[in-house]
Formats: sequence, structure tokens, C-alpha cells
Amino acid sequence: MATIQEKQQILIEEFAFFDEWMDKYNHIIEMGKSLPMLPENKKNNDLLVPGCQSKVWLHAEQHEDKIIFSADADAIIAKGIVAMLIDVFSNQPAQEVAAAELKFLEDIGLKDHLSPTRANGLMSMVKQMKYYALAFSA
Amino acid sequence: MAFDVHDIREQFPILNQKVHGKPLVYFDNAATAQKPIAVIKAISDYYLNYNANVHRGVHTLSQRATDAMESVREQVRAHLNAAEAAEIIFTRGITDSINAIAYGLSNTVQKGQNVVITAMEHHSNIVPWQMLCERTGAELRHLPMDEHGELILDRLEVVIDQNTAIVAFNHISNTLGTINPVQKIISQAKKVGAWTLVDGAQSGPHTVVDVQSWDVDFFTLSSHKMYGPTGLGILYGKRERLEAIAPYQGGGEMISTVTLEKSTYAGLPHKFEAGTPHVEGIIGFGAALKFINEIGIESISAHEQSLLEYATKECSGIKGFRVIGNSKNKASVLSFVIDGVHPYDLGVLLDQQGIAVRTGQHCTQPIMDAFCIEGTVRASFAMYNTFEEIDSFISGLKKAVSMLL
Repeated sequence: MATIQEKQQILIEEFAFFDEWMDKYNHIIEMGKSLPMLPENKKNNDLLVPGCQSKVWLHAEQHEDKIIFSADADAIIAKGIVAMLIDVFSNQPAQEVAAAELKFLEDIGLKDHLSPTRANGLMSMVKQMKYYALAFSA
Repeated sequence: MAFDVHDIREQFPILNQKVHGKPLVYFDNAATAQKPIAVIKAISDYYLNYNANVHRGVHTLSQRATDAMESVREQVRAHLNAAEAAEIIFTRGITDSINAIAYGLSNTVQKGQNVVITAMEHHSNIVPWQMLCERTGAELRHLPMDEHGELILDRLEVVIDQNTAIVAFNHISNTLGTINPVQKIISQAKKVGAWTLVDGAQSGPHTVVDVQSWDVDFFTLSSHKMYGPTGLGILYGKRERLEAIAPYQGGGEMISTVTLEKSTYAGLPHKFEAGTPHVEGIIGFGAALKFINEIGIESISAHEQSLLEYATKECSGIKGFRVIGNSKNKASVLSFVIDGVHPYDLGVLLDQQGIAVRTGQHCTQPIMDAFCIEGTVRASFAMYNTFEEIDSFISGLKKAVSMLL
């Protein structure tokens, strides 16, 4: 099982492959499309990530010492972004998620590329995942 | 003067730039319009040559600034065909204008009366009236609309009744583009003795308005949607109405005498203009009005209308495309959804291709609820937009949809 660091490195290399932002977005969208949907009954307001322009539902559960995330979003780009985060964070020890430094968002340039409101939404997703991780590692 | 969109574009240097490596296509005009050189020059000329506070000094610069500001008041009067310049109030914007009236009516509107708006108002023509109703105990009603985004006029006589204090509605919907039948609504209000306020946020840049022939009590405009500076609104009010209501802000400029115990208010228009006004904005707006009128609002509107028709026709070929708001009488706003695609995603991918549109609820959450949608993509056109830009928009849209679906 790859570590959080290794997962990030894989993403960075994947994105380095594309020169054009439209192609990078296309990749994000494909990741969004391949993320399994949450069942409708799980998409309740308690799971909504605050501060996102579109609706993003984030669910976390603990499996032994690992934290398992699942998520959905009503907009596909938001879903693609949360899919990347899940790729990096899910199925990792909760303590490591809580302590992890996320460098891939900056390395692939996504954080700078998003408008400020969307970048805030992205940071809210990260924050929410870390909250869950903290709660589970306590 | 013949309408030449390429000559017009030269007056808007901001349009000549690339966004994400693609030529900018600016279709967010219903949010704010770009400013022509004449407006930018008028503002810098003010700061370079005659910046001073108005109405106070006897010195020359103050006199020049005051004259410039007052001549814009006269220009606005002529533009709206108001009876006198004192009926033209400079405010901070449409929101400020509507709040001034809604607050001013706090002592006159009573429990048992009602305030009427429509189902297609933006939040700034909803919330101030909700607040007025909370303060006074009056009832807030609305005139409903149908699935095309047209007001249901058969309901006029039911909704507006003997107890209606004021009817406040937009001339043109920012979300749907619907042009509302102003005179019909005003005449029903008059029949029962209700006051009227028309929100001209979207009509200012597109249509000729004659407040006297409408016989409207209050009318409000936004400078920045009319190619003028931000932070400035116009509030027209009939003299007798403005005299009857209380000012909502106290301060300098709006008083005639002040003692520590009591002040008396100045006459119109100053009673509603507390504090130092937005002088540069007013002067810039004067230049914007002159610019619009030299081109001619009818020519502008005809150009925008053909853009709207072209865009609507071209878009309708896109699978799952649905116009939100297909009133027979429509201004240059194309609001739409595409089945299975979120408006935000379209907004992001259009932006990547240099195309600026608005996505979301457009400050009209009740309209979104009425159509059971999360939001729309809105392309809105102005005098400087071209058919070629619509072609870029259509191909950008198709590309985005093919990526998203």
C-alpha cells in the first residue's frame, strides 16, 4: 500500500503529463466520474462540507487503524477534486492523515489555478478530512 | 451615428486581452458592464484637475466639482424625463435606493396593509421589503409567474388590493431577461392608490425610460451596469413622495439647521444625500450616459436583441439545452441549464476558454426554487459583444459539455 507521500507523487506525475489546463481539468473530471457515487440516503446535510460553492458530501469511517473516506458532489469538477483527496487520504492511518502535509495541490498548480472561492472550497474539503482523522486518532 | 460594434469595442480597452491564453469573451454584463475610455478619462480628469468636496467651499475647485456633479443630476433628469433635477437622488446603488424607500416608509406603512413584489425579484428587492414588513406588521405578497418566466397578470387585481401600500418590481429580470409590463402593473397600483417602485437595474442599459409617462413614484438605476463606475445608484422619486417620507441616513449635507438638540432637514435632493457624495462616480456616470446616448439606446438594444436571438438559436442545437425564462418580451439575457451538467462546471470550463459568464443563482434564490434548479449559466450581452464572440461561446460550450457528459 502506497503511503500518503507516494500517492501525492503519483498524482503530481500524472498531472505533469498535461500542458494545457483544459487537459488537466479533463483528468480531474475523469477522476470525478470514476469515484463511486454515494447512495442517496447518505447524501444528507450533516455530511455537506461547509464553504463549497457546489454541494460536496464527505463520509468517513474507521476500519481497524485506517480511515476510509467516501464522497460525492453535485458538480463533477468538485467531485474530481474530492476524488483526488480520497485517493491520497483514504485507507491510510488516521494519525498520518491528520499530520499529513499536502504538497500536491500546490505542485500541480491547482490551488493557484482555482478562483479564491473555489480554492476556499478545496481547503474546506481538506480541513474536513483532517477533522475526521483527528477525531478517529484521538 | 451608425452602429459599428468594432468602433465601439475600441472604446473598451479591457476587452482586448487574453484570459488563459484565449481572447476574452465578456458575457457577464448583467452583473457589471465594462467602462469606456470616456468614463475612465472623466474620472481621472476630476482627480487630476478639480477634486474638491462639493457644496461647501466657496473656492473655485469646489465650485467646479459641484457644477460638474449638478450637471450630471440634470443629465439624469433629462435621461429619465423627470420633472425636475431635485427628484434625482444619488445613492450607493440599487440596493441602497430600495432600502432608502423601504426604510422611509417605516412610519407610514401599517399593520393591515400589504407590500407587493413579484416572484422574479433579486434579493435586494425582496429583503428590504421583508424588513419593512417585520418592522410594521404589514404583509408581504408577491405576484406569481408562469413556467416561461412571465408574470401572471390575471392575478394583478387579486394581489394588489385596497390595502396595498406599495408595489415594487423589476422592469427586467436579471435572471430570466423578462421585460415586465410596467404600465399595466402601475395602472393597477394607481387604481387602488398604492405607490410604485420600479427597479431598473437591468433596463437602464437597454431601454428608454420615461418616468413621467409611466407615472411611477420611484425608479432606480445602477451606474455600473450602465458602463459607469461602481458604487453609484440613482433614485428617482416624485417630489411629493420624496417629501412625504423620512430620510434614512442622517449626517452632513442633508440638514438645513443643526443644534445639539434638533435638526431640520434640507430640501430635495439633499435630504437623501447624507455625507460626501460619490463625486468621481457621479462624474463618471455623466460620461457613461453621454456615451450611451451618443450611440443611441435604441441601436444598442437592437444590436443586443439580435445577439440574443442568434445565441438562443445556436444554443438550442446543444443536446439537453434548456432556456430558463422564455418570455416573449425579453432583454439580452440568456439563462440556461444543460441536462446532467452542473452550472459551476460549465462556468469553470468556459472560463478556461476565456469566456466569462455568470453561474449560480444570480441572487434570485426564489426563481431557482420556482424552476426547481440549483442554478443556471447566464450569458448576458452588451453593446460591445459580437456574433463572432457568440460563435466562440457556442464552441466553448460544446467542448465543455463533451468533457462533462
